[in-house]
Amino acid sequence: MTASAHKVAETVARESFGRLVSWLAYQWRDIAAAEDAMSDALLKALIHWPEKGIPSSPEAWLLTVAKRQLLQKVRHEKLALASTYFAVPEEDVTDDDMLKLAAEIPDKRLALMLTCAHPEIEAAIRVPLMLQSVLGLQANEIASAMLVSPAALAQRLVRAKQIIRAQQLSYDEADINDFPNRIQFVLEAIYGAYGIGNDDLEGIENRISDLTQEAIFLCNLVCELLPTSAEAKGLLALMLFNQARKPAHHSADDVFIPLPQKNPQLWDKKMIQQADNILLDAFSQRQPGYFQLEAAVQSAHCHRLFTGVTPWNAIADLYRQINQHFPTQGSLVAGAVAMAEAGNPQAAIDLLESMDKKFTQNFQPWWVARAHVFFLTQEPDAARAALDRAIGLSTQEKIINYLSELKNRLNTPE
Amino acid sequence: MQYMLIYFETTEEVNKRNNPELAPAYWAGWMAYIGAMSESGIVLSGNGLQPPETGVKVSIRDGKRQIMDGPYADTKEHLGGYFIIEVDSLEEALEWAARSPCTLNGTTEVRPVLPPPAQ
Repeated sequence: MTASAHKVAETVARESFGRLVSWLAYQWRDIAAAEDAMSDALLKALIHWPEKGIPSSPEAWLLTVAKRQLLQKVRHEKLALASTYFAVPEEDVTDDDMLKLAAEIPDKRLALMLTCAHPEIEAAIRVPLMLQSVLGLQANEIASAMLVSPAALAQRLVRAKQIIRAQQLSYDEADINDFPNRIQFVLEAIYGAYGIGNDDLEGIENRISDLTQEAIFLCNLVCELLPTSAEAKGLLALMLFNQARKPAHHSADDVFIPLPQKNPQLWDKKMIQQADNILLDAFSQRQPGYFQLEAAVQSAHCHRLFTGVTPWNAIADLYRQINQHFPTQGSLVAGAVAMAEAGNPQAAIDLLESMDKKFTQNFQPWWVARAHVFFLTQEPDAARAALDRAIGLSTQEKIINYLSELKNRLNTPE
Repeated sequence: MQYMLIYFETTEEVNKRNNPELAPAYWAGWMAYIGAMSESGIVLSGNGLQPPETGVKVSIRDGKRQIMDGPYADTKEHLGGYFIIEVDSLEEALEWAARSPCTLNGTTEVRPVLPPPAQ
């Protein structure tokens, strides 16, 4: 009994935490209080459910207990603010009431995501805020994934929630119509969590890679709750194209394999077709955007599975469009590599050289790209120097080994 | 902001220095890392250290001096070297820590440098 009650509590926590917290935060305009109350309700569930049985609607039970908790807190703090926002739950809630309540819990996760990505919230904290409040991840899990200090991150999360509460930032999905770029902030934050380096470059390092499942979950959610957004579909397709190639990223003995040498037969064909369909659906909405273009690049890479060749000319063209409208350091580097592969290494060098030195000097992909282009133009000394820098800037053993191997090959011409 | 990056190496890593087969890759890793760090212009000072068996510890307890030769049996990770760097944020310092070769099996600690006392 205890074990099964635990299991139900865990399942509910995983599947409903974000939905319940979002709803409470929406009602109370206070994310921190909503999270506290929900954690508390989960603890109570672990005590009560084994004794009294699992309620017919665990979600409604948790919500009722959490609301009671919030109400007590308000009474305690003698704050008059929230009582007008919602009906006070009765002391004892019957199963029937709970079922009714469960049916009435609206999904406010999109609203919560929009709040987390509010322009008033600093960009760097938007992803952690979403991961914590919508998915219930702990600050220390997020900190390790994002390479920041856990204590510092926890502090910044608290501060961000205070800003949301103090400035009464809006929780309204309707804002999307007024400020279309708000959803773009949400998508950018999700993209940041996925942490796609442009892996069409050999030996490139992804800064963040542990949160891919969470990012896909969030993006699926946005697609579901906001089907009018073509860019959300574009981002989902982009991530799925990348996921589909994951099985081929490392060989059986765990050696890093660069994209052009990856065996496409290991790719997930079904996922690639799914991503293609999502992307076509996005295109049909006729709202072109950054994520759809990036997804188109990945789609082109994936088509090696069906045609046997990588269409570098098409990829270079796509990057030209991306870099014209939405240039980022990553897309400029990837664009340069595509140009070199398409037979124009001088244009690639020019593009790399035109980038901001202050940024590129510590940007591992830039040095890998540079090495690659010099490799193509058969300038081994320049390639070797760039590889050295890239190795020094890498953190993953597989990548370091792969780049060192490339360097050795330069030293001993075949 | 100034931070000290403190490199703790495992015994296995330290021993690579004396293994003719493993030493070249060991030093190449450090040279690439140190090279990238120097080129970016953030290094204020720093040194690698001789292996732990060359160390000697001194302590005074109850007025009595105690001297102990390295290596120290009770430690699994050894101080291998340090850098003082000047960067804009802790995050930036952590990135440099993550890039260090000894982070792959040992540890790199990042500590803010105490500012000099106000005059």
